[in-house]
Amino acid sequence: MADSVGRQVDSINHATEEDEKKHEIIGAKGEGKELTKEEKQRLRKEKKQHKKNKKDDRGPPEKEKEKEKASVPAPSKPATQSPAHKAAPVPVNASASESPVAAEKPAKSKAELRAERRARQDSERASKQGKKEGGQQSTSSKPKATPNELQPVVKRLPDHVQVDDPVALKKLAKKLERQQKSGQGCSLNITGVKVPLRSDYGYKVSLFSHLHQYSRKNPPTQQISIPVTVIHPSIVRLGLQYSQGIIAGSNARSVALLHAFKQVIQDYSTPPNEELSRDLVNKLSPYISFLSQCRPLSASMGNAIKYIKKEISNIPSQCKEEEAKRILQECIDSYINEKIILASEAISKYAIEKISDGDVILVYGCSSLVNHILCEAFEKQRKFRVIVVDSRPRLEGREALRRLVKKGIRCTYVLISALSYILPEVSKVFLGAHALLANGYVMSRVGTSQIALVAKAYNVPVLVCCETYKFCERVQTDSFVSNELDDPDDLIVTRNGKTHLENWQTVKSLGLLNLVYDVTPPDFVDLVITDLGMIPCTSVPVVLRVKNVDQ
Amino acid sequence: MELQAVLMAAGGGSRMMDLTYNTPKPLLPVGNRPLIWYPLNLLERVGFEEVIVITTKEVQKALSADHRLKTDVKMRLDVVCIQEEADMGTADALRHIQQKIKTDILVVSCDLITDVALHEVVDLFRAHSATLSMLMSKVHEFTETVPGQKGKKKAGEQRDFVGVDVTGKRLLFMANEADLDEGLVFRKSIMRKHPRMLIKTGLLDAHLYCLKRSVVDFLVHNKSVTSIRGELVPYLVRKQFSKSLNSQNETEDSEKNQKQQDLLSTSKDEALLQLARERSCWNDHRGDMSEAYHGGKLRCYVHIMEEGMCYRVNTLAAYIEANRVVPKLFEDPPIHPGALVSERSLVGSDSIIGPLCQISDRTSIKRSNVGMSTTIKEKVKITNSIIMNGVIIEEGCNIQGSVICNNAVIGRGADIKYCLVGSGQHVEPEGENKIMFGNNNLDISDLFVYTMIVY
Repeated sequence: MADSVGRQVDSINHATEEDEKKHEIIGAKGEGKELTKEEKQRLRKEKKQHKKNKKDDRGPPEKEKEKEKASVPAPSKPATQSPAHKAAPVPVNASASESPVAAEKPAKSKAELRAERRARQDSERASKQGKKEGGQQSTSSKPKATPNELQPVVKRLPDHVQVDDPVALKKLAKKLERQQKSGQGCSLNITGVKVPLRSDYGYKVSLFSHLHQYSRKNPPTQQISIPVTVIHPSIVRLGLQYSQGIIAGSNARSVALLHAFKQVIQDYSTPPNEELSRDLVNKLSPYISFLSQCRPLSASMGNAIKYIKKEISNIPSQCKEEEAKRILQECIDSYINEKIILASEAISKYAIEKISDGDVILVYGCSSLVNHILCEAFEKQRKFRVIVVDSRPRLEGREALRRLVKKGIRCTYVLISALSYILPEVSKVFLGAHALLANGYVMSRVGTSQIALVAKAYNVPVLVCCETYKFCERVQTDSFVSNELDDPDDLIVTRNGKTHLENWQTVKSLGLLNLVYDVTPPDFVDLVITDLGMIPCTSVPVVLRVKNVDQ
Repeated sequence: MELQAVLMAAGGGSRMMDLTYNTPKPLLPVGNRPLIWYPLNLLERVGFEEVIVITTKEVQKALSADHRLKTDVKMRLDVVCIQEEADMGTADALRHIQQKIKTDILVVSCDLITDVALHEVVDLFRAHSATLSMLMSKVHEFTETVPGQKGKKKAGEQRDFVGVDVTGKRLLFMANEADLDEGLVFRKSIMRKHPRMLIKTGLLDAHLYCLKRSVVDFLVHNKSVTSIRGELVPYLVRKQFSKSLNSQNETEDSEKNQKQQDLLSTSKDEALLQLARERSCWNDHRGDMSEAYHGGKLRCYVHIMEEGMCYRVNTLAAYIEANRVVPKLFEDPPIHPGALVSERSLVGSDSIIGPLCQISDRTSIKRSNVGMSTTIKEKVKITNSIIMNGVIIEEGCNIQGSVICNNAVIGRGADIKYCLVGSGQHVEPEGENKIMFGNNNLDISDLFVYTMIVY
């Protein structure tokens, strides 16, 4: 009691002291010229200490607020790791800067003790996560912005995406060279035998300057020798078909890739003193680099490659070469059969339940899966009509229109600019997907997010059809960080003999942007139809987790 | 292996007998190198390591004796000899080497001089899985005056009619004027599938073809086809649209062969390719209800060169033009270091001098090509001429706009204008030979008859 009284008295005294000081200060100011130098210095010191006390009290509660803010916007687990990274160095920094200040002060306040405790906890957490992240590979959002100096494990965008960084480009060129040297050497290397580094073309819009932009007029085969020795001919053919757009569409690209790998495995022969399980994987790496130079790999292709590499490395070492090749061919066949052909059958079965008679279905672009669903539904005698929405420069909707009309389905064709005019007629929207990201976002052809947005505004249900092998562990919330830039000359059109954009490169302030993909947030998607069933968009990480456990 | 190169060097050069009656065509010097060096250099630059050369025994001997060729060309040349008397066509030659052919082939003619980016032709072949892919170029007008030629118009030349689709890549129609009676005849099926077709004349066929392996098998079974350009290519172009084709492989015979060989693997792979194509949202044409390539399995493609150099040295005019253009192509020094050029002679910057030459004082050489081991004495003026190997030119000669073949001897004080002096011929001293162009076509015997009449 006495103590508390004493403390109160003290505090009151302290307060009165402060008041006195304030009076003194005010008095001093009022007197003005008559203040001596010493008194001025004393006043200044007191003011400074007063401010420091105030800061301390505000400091710890501010840190708390920061952390709360940081954790709220990222709902899913992987996303919290990066803000946690951000928050972790900030208090570490703050505490580091404040600890000498605290040492100066004679008495440590409660706030300082709290800050030190928190700093200790954060450093322990960071070291734990550092161990975890060593194993993970993921491209999280905005890795460039993360402070690099303090964190040992920082997620960076993969080298092939950081185009505007010359250091990263040099690393990529070296990596391609290394891949070539480790491959088979031929006796007479007359022309360059490296995996060619395709050069960028034209001015890139600044937001997308970290992505590659290639021209179809400079094919990737310009720099490799004509009877290709280093890269298997079927891979070169595949790369050409990708870069010219002859094989386009997620499923088609994956099937063609697996077909080419089958031929590679067929023609492969184990060199002496090597094991098939290790050497074949090394053989495939330069091929994959070449294909990604022709056209960036899609998520489905990435998953297929992971599967093949796993199967190859699981081949027992005592297996004979012929037997191993047969096993691998069968694995590829079964993968295609299960994940693509049977999956599309299963998806159409679920989707047909959702199509009722009298429906007006809207589709965008040319998705092989959606076309398959509609054709099956038509065969099952459902009465519906289709509205095909198309957009430049690809105009893929024409191909979808041709296939549907050939089947006998009644179709309407509009461009995406007329979307809001026809949406009142539409009862359902079926969209295909290029990939489904781990935070529930749908990555699809550019324009899909607009369709989903307008459909939401008109309360039209949006159903996305996607096979599970396209699910990917990447997380993206915008279309900028990871995308694909197509040939900008595709945007140039000649009408009545006049090509206005012919010399667009001479105009310094003009850039042509031909985006290929965009991401749709899960709020706009009502249902995802997969071969596992009909799931909401947010269940994608669950499916991924279950898949990982299975494997 | 992806492609094998086959170089056809057995041709006789029937359209320039003046030059080739003594020297075989592949060994004719162009820019002081044998003609056969140019296609070999093209193949080597692109990355081939091995070439199958089909030629006669004479040429083979010369090739093995030519040291310069051996050092320049690092590829392995697999020379196959055929009898000259057998009069084999190019397709017959392919049938002859059928055992060596294991993959798709790239057939090149020995008289092709070009700087084309070969990957353009081969990319068409690869990307569309074409049966035939060929190279054509816009014909360049020849500007040089040719000795003994009837004006500049080539009246006797037969035109080629080439039909391509809207993209300019797919070959739809090919016919030579000689094969047509009155006009061009088109099948309705072509017009239905490709309503817009561009017919081009004035294109030079470079005789560079990428052919699929199955075509060679087809040739083996159809012995009536003798020439690639004359018979095989028009046949393949026609067969693209034949009705029976859409349900079968490219040719019935090759299909049977394939089925006998590897049954299971190809059918499964074919099914996968078919699946990939079905799922792909690409079509090569639009406006009708058919799928990509109209479902046809046989496709012919052509790459038409707009810019760049492409010459086929099969006529005298082409030979002279090539000699003019070729020195600019390569970075060889115009005067070979092995040549002895006297200080007081004047060699123009656009002339080239071969090795082991001896050029004496007060000679002036302008816009000319001088071959190797040639001796040129004093006070000789050479303008706009082509002088081949081993020629001896005595003092005081004046040579203008002419072609002097191997081992000829030009006597003292001869004045040669716009002439063609054959191999090993002697021109009398003080001979004034002035054949103006615009006269009738004179061949070697006529030329020398003329000189004897004058003197």
